Amino acid sequence: MTEAVPTVVSQAVPAKGRGHKQKSKRRRNDNVMGYLFISPWLIAFLAFTLIPIIASFVLAFTNYDVLNPTWKWVGLQNFERMFTADPRYIKSVKATFYYVFAAIPLRLAFALAVAMLLNTPRRMVSSYRAAYYAPSIVGGSVAVAVMWRQIFGTDGLINAILGTNVAWLGNPNTAIWTLIILAVWQFGSPMLIFLAGLKQIPREFYEAAGIDGANGWQQFWHITLPLLTPIIFFNLVMQLISGFMVFTQAFIITGGAPLDTTLFYALYLYQRAFVSLQMGYASAMAWILLAIVAIMTALVFRSSSYWVFYGSQEE
Amino acid sequence: METVSPTTPDRVSVHAPAKPLSQRNWMRTPLYHVLVAGFGFVMLYPILWLFASSFKGRDEIWTNISSLIPQNFTIENYVNGWRGFGGLTFTTFYANSFFYAGAATLLTVLASAVVAYGFARIRFAGRNILFACMLATLMLPVQVQIIPQYIVFSKLGWINTFLPLLLPRIGGQAFFIFMIMQFIRGIPKDLDEAAEMDGCGKGNIFFRIILPQITPALITAAIFSFYWTWEDFLTPLIYLNEPKLYTVSLALRAFSDPSGQTDWGAIFAMSSLSLVPVFVIFVAFQRYLVEGISTTGLKG
Repeated sequence: MTEAVPTVVSQAVPAKGRGHKQKSKRRRNDNVMGYLFISPWLIAFLAFTLIPIIASFVLAFTNYDVLNPTWKWVGLQNFERMFTADPRYIKSVKATFYYVFAAIPLRLAFALAVAMLLNTPRRMVSSYRAAYYAPSIVGGSVAVAVMWRQIFGTDGLINAILGTNVAWLGNPNTAIWTLIILAVWQFGSPMLIFLAGLKQIPREFYEAAGIDGANGWQQFWHITLPLLTPIIFFNLVMQLISGFMVFTQAFIITGGAPLDTTLFYALYLYQRAFVSLQMGYASAMAWILLAIVAIMTALVFRSSSYWVFYGSQEE
Repeated sequence: METVSPTTPDRVSVHAPAKPLSQRNWMRTPLYHVLVAGFGFVMLYPILWLFASSFKGRDEIWTNISSLIPQNFTIENYVNGWRGFGGLTFTTFYANSFFYAGAATLLTVLASAVVAYGFARIRFAGRNILFACMLATLMLPVQVQIIPQYIVFSKLGWINTFLPLLLPRIGGQAFFIFMIMQFIRGIPKDLDEAAEMDGCGKGNIFFRIILPQITPALITAAIFSFYWTWEDFLTPLIYLNEPKLYTVSLALRAFSDPSGQTDWGAIFAMSSLSLVPVFVIFVAFQRYLVEGISTTGLKG
């Protein structure tokens, strides 16, 4: 995050009369205490993250199946099968990219637009802010997913309002958009982060621009947007990572249907791992997911030197 | 964080709104309020609609779909919905969910605070690399860990227990550790250094000096941890297969199974009810929530 990390100047303890021995003893003590304090995390990290990751990597090269104990090493077969002999896999990759590239820019655009609308100290604003944020706190729940299925159902709310009779969830062209709309509806967190960023922009900048005759649009384009790029960057990275892992909504609302157009990566992986119990294959899928997320994040980081502006006014 | 270093110019404008002048004037007009409130209403409409529908009668749900005001207000849906399915009522599901969310939150927040103190205030060998490892886990898809975890937990015979859901929480959660660390860094070091000079151990410093000061960060972490556990779906889906262990999320999904019965009134009622704890916490602790997200980008 780009917030100014409190620069607490560490006021070195005046080490009057402290001998060399005492210092090294203290350092050793710090090592012990440090590891003692982080031990819960360290143990959990080893047991539930690091070792499973290594195991997952090994599994990716086997045909492990919980029900079938005679598993064997299959080399790159899983990866080969994914890209050459599993059309559903290709569909799931396509659906996921479609979703991520549609939902995330829209969500961030709404977040920024609304944050700018709400960037004013008036009292009413805190209740507006609450209204805009409310969908985000419940958006990931099964309750909202169930509700969404009904809203876009054939005899659901949308058709009742529009007076139409469209099968939004049954049509391969519209089904994925019901999920994108659900994602865009939850722009609350990036909105709050943008709001915090907008409050950091010195007012003097706008006053100076105003004196120079810059209009609102020019001020947005030349002051607000450049100064917000570090925050846009942060939001983009966070949204990208979570976007590729979308699961619950698709699981409940569409189940991957129709014609696998909403078979998101995490959903297909779940089906492979826990429905057909092909855990070797699913592990290989998980590693490709990790690679996709890592590459996308790296691309955003790489591109950042071209468009992220780190203000030089601070020292 | 509230503490802004005095060298940045932000300090001047912390309380002053930063915005183009023309925009400021526009924000005073009634049009602004009409627009912002109108769009806010559209945002809230689906949720309001869900709550309203849960009080509509069996036929009215279909004849009066879009209305936000039930013509014949009834709580029949709640009575029907609470009965649940398979001989299990929602009492069981709520007990499971509160147990899971409560225990997980307690574990996560306590562990995160202890670990955050270790990373933020103690200089030990290997700290930087371990801290980097912790941050890296933020980006890790759960899918990479969940399959081996499942294999081990199932070999241990822990399927259909809460152990696989709770045990991984003993190390806290990277997001919260990071957030609490940021908070601890904002606390002046003088006090703990003075205490250390007086021979106070790290443990004592943590419990007596740091812990009381980081309560706001702990509350924020607790709220988010509760939210995420309350709406957690994937982990219970994998590990809890017996209906008597279902959390509310799992129960709602089973209850609204498209291939089964579709008493939409009851589904709306139970869905609405499951959101009530979330909204109660939201209303009570809005400040902590907003601060938590604004400062650390929680819930990306």
